[in-house]
Amino acid sequence: MNRELKRVSLVVLLMFIALLTSTTVVQAFQADNLAADARNTRTLYDSFQVERGAILVDGKPVAESVPVDDDYKFLRTYSNGPLYAPVTGFIPINGSPTGLEHSLNAELTGTSNSQFFDKLSSIITGQKPRGAAVGTTIDPVAQQAAWDALGDLTGAVVVTEPKTGRILAMVSKPGYDPNTLAVHDNKQVTETYQALLDDPKDPLFNRAIGGDLNPPGSVFKLVVTAAALESGKYTPESTFPNPAALTLPGSTAVVTNSSRGTCGGGATVTLATALRLSCNIPFAELGLQLGDEAIRQMAEKFGFNSTHAIPMSVAESVYPRNLDKAQTALSAFGQYDVRATPMQMAIVSATIANGGVAMAPNLVDEILAPNLSPLESFQAKEMATVISPETAATMTQMMVNGVNDGAASNARIDGVDVAGKTGTAQNGKDLPYTLWFTGFAPAEDPQFAITVLIEDGGGLGQAGYGNLLAAPVAQKVLEAVLEK
Amino acid sequence: MPATSNPAAPADTSARRSQPRTGAFKRLHLPQKLRNLELFLLIIACAINGAAVVLVQLGALGRIDTSLVLFGAGLSVLVFALHIVLRIVATQADPFILPIVTLLNGIGIAMIYRIDVANHQSGIDSASVRQTIWSALAIACAIAVLLVIRNHRVLFRYTYIAGFAAVVLLLLPLVPGLGREVSGARVWIGIGSFATFQPGEIAKIALAIFFAGYLVRNRDSLSMVGKRFLGMHFPRLRDLGPILVVWALSMSVIIFQHDLGTALLYFGLFLVMLYLATARLSWVILGLALFIGGAVIASQTLSYVNGRFTNWLDAMNPDVYAAPGGSYQLVQGLFGLAKGGLIGTGLGQGRPDITPVPQSDYIIASLGEELGLAGLFAILALYLLFVARGFRIGFAGQDDFGKLLGVGLAFVVALQCFIVIGGVTRIIPLTGLTTPFLAAGGSSLVANWIIAALLLRLSDTVRNQPRLVV
Repeated sequence: MNRELKRVSLVVLLMFIALLTSTTVVQAFQADNLAADARNTRTLYDSFQVERGAILVDGKPVAESVPVDDDYKFLRTYSNGPLYAPVTGFIPINGSPTGLEHSLNAELTGTSNSQFFDKLSSIITGQKPRGAAVGTTIDPVAQQAAWDALGDLTGAVVVTEPKTGRILAMVSKPGYDPNTLAVHDNKQVTETYQALLDDPKDPLFNRAIGGDLNPPGSVFKLVVTAAALESGKYTPESTFPNPAALTLPGSTAVVTNSSRGTCGGGATVTLATALRLSCNIPFAELGLQLGDEAIRQMAEKFGFNSTHAIPMSVAESVYPRNLDKAQTALSAFGQYDVRATPMQMAIVSATIANGGVAMAPNLVDEILAPNLSPLESFQAKEMATVISPETAATMTQMMVNGVNDGAASNARIDGVDVAGKTGTAQNGKDLPYTLWFTGFAPAEDPQFAITVLIEDGGGLGQAGYGNLLAAPVAQKVLEAVLEK
Repeated sequence: MPATSNPAAPADTSARRSQPRTGAFKRLHLPQKLRNLELFLLIIACAINGAAVVLVQLGALGRIDTSLVLFGAGLSVLVFALHIVLRIVATQADPFILPIVTLLNGIGIAMIYRIDVANHQSGIDSASVRQTIWSALAIACAIAVLLVIRNHRVLFRYTYIAGFAAVVLLLLPLVPGLGREVSGARVWIGIGSFATFQPGEIAKIALAIFFAGYLVRNRDSLSMVGKRFLGMHFPRLRDLGPILVVWALSMSVIIFQHDLGTALLYFGLFLVMLYLATARLSWVILGLALFIGGAVIASQTLSYVNGRFTNWLDAMNPDVYAAPGGSYQLVQGLFGLAKGGLIGTGLGQGRPDITPVPQSDYIIASLGEELGLAGLFAILALYLLFVARGFRIGFAGQDDFGKLLGVGLAFVVALQCFIVIGGVTRIIPLTGLTTPFLAAGGSSLVANWIIAALLLRLSDTVRNQPRLVV
């Protein structure tokens, strides 16, 4: 029997060798592939295991990780969630994060390069790894004022500091509560997310920097005015023919002013008056004289046709290419295929306010290590010198006139010179207008640049216009921040 | 491997030669070298077990809960009681078996406790407390076996009763009102909602006794008398008949109960014991061919078998993964093992609770996640050592029944490990079996502790036999 016994022993030995081999293959050789599998929830949980850094507004956390007793160890909690959702975004357990949660994920989880040595030392000291906190530029007063002023309207408000590009407020409505998307229940997150996606008002859009982009309408006249003044061929006193209707060259389309009449009185109208009263026909004429190439160059100097990282990526505002004369004329007052984000228009206003130098818009002041020592501080960064200080000063005066005695009158504030420009953009034959205001205050020493976007005609269809709905929002926000 | 040729302890035999009188009285006064070694190893095993529970608490709770440590200490007392019983009734028993089994059982309880912590379960309903109580019961059964069966040859007398008992035990779950179906397999019995038990686990011991007894009785007629057909020797049906009937009954019952793992286990046991007794390799090959053929046919025709094969061969396919009864568990187990890597996450610091049934069928994946490849190698080495001690009885034994029974019982443990761990690591299709001594499950614990007790008894008899050369 012993010969057979030896053979059976050999079989048993082979069985155990097979087991040793298979466990080695799984645990050593396939381990990396298995860890990278999208279905591997252990990898997902691990990314939550780190105490994610907080997102701070004025030193107080608006997003922080609270320890909980489940697989994820920490629950991401957003205080005042809907208000700051356009800033923070959210981090779901079953998808990609958005907002700053997405853009600064490496810093928040402590995996950015600047945190390498902290990570190394935490391995040696055995401390649990922690992510860095992010200090934002948001001013809670400005944010709350913008939120309140926008009320139930669909749209966005952006407030920036012209001299630095710091973003003081970024509001988008309708909003959502990021807390509902951060819960640790897969099914619930998916349902909530789907409901938000299906909502016709698209609450997940951050309209300040993206969403379905709107035509800028008359606020784009600022760009065309800048192109005209910078060309050296025009002054505010340059005159244009002043008909009540203009048939576009090579087309049957007829352009009218919003008043349906001439732009003020007289056979000719000055550039200053055309901007103050926001007339379309003189700008169509100006656009035809400048040509689309000159306008495009100015638009691109302001930042059109490129994205900005704030550090979230701002959707590209568009000034189209290869325009014929009719299209150029329409584009000169921000129609046809011109599109702009409120953030882009905020750059335009802030550049005029800052003497022609465009500052890169930025949402982050500093990255703070867990012990609150700064890892990185953000300095104001120049994007470009877009227009000369003289042109900027001239345009500031033109915009102040527009508020004091023109089409943007509802942005007036007692005792403060507000520079501003309204816009009422058409989206198609029967579609509601898109309403705009962009400007800054105080005009002599600009502290705040503001852009207001209101979609869907502010609920008034084609009856709403920029000065009626958008300018008062800007006025309320500016009053709030100036009083502070 | 158990390839040594002279297993009897030399010191012991020389002592006996110098003092020709035998008997319990004499033995009591000899220095019990084997038992002292066992005691030393047992202390180490119990220390490791205690440390494992403490590590789980530190890792998963961040503090030490002394009440449970005391509970575990109670179990250690029982193990030492078994050790003392051995000092009295089986002084020459193998000194490695008890420490190995104690260690495996303790690590199992630590891991089951770890899953309880993750699932926020405590008290009498928690799996770890149940497992501890079952362990106590199992050790008590082992003590009883050692006390009652003073000589394994007693079992030889009950060959046919054992065969009958195996069949009855296997049929029990099919009795209406008594049987319970758990995750598709009707292999449990229970009264009311209380204390479910898997009689198939005990049946495997009864079957091993029956196979050993029957084959020893009939081996000559099995291998000598018969006809040659196709170049192979076939025994007379009246010699092979009874064993075939028992075996076929067991198999069909198991297949009827949807318990593939147990079917494979019994089949392997049958083939190996048949081969050992008759030395006919051709039968083993024929049996294996029949089994593989049958498995292939079953995988094509029976949906639940087919599902197991699909899960095995195409586990990563998203459709298979998402299907009900699909490869989700298998893949999650692999994810857990991968997470463990070479050295593991540390006890209490992984996430074994993500995988379904992490404390029973998948306890190996749970251990692999938290103890890593290093830990699994250690566990596999413990099993291999345990099986080797059993095989050693076979090599050293004097009577064929004892040899056959010892090897059969050891082989059952080895094969069961292979079926479970091989299923988890995708060597073979996954079937539901418990990992011996580790996995949560009372019937499995009781059965395996009885196996350990029988091996202890056999090893004692082997060493006490006069080395007779005729």
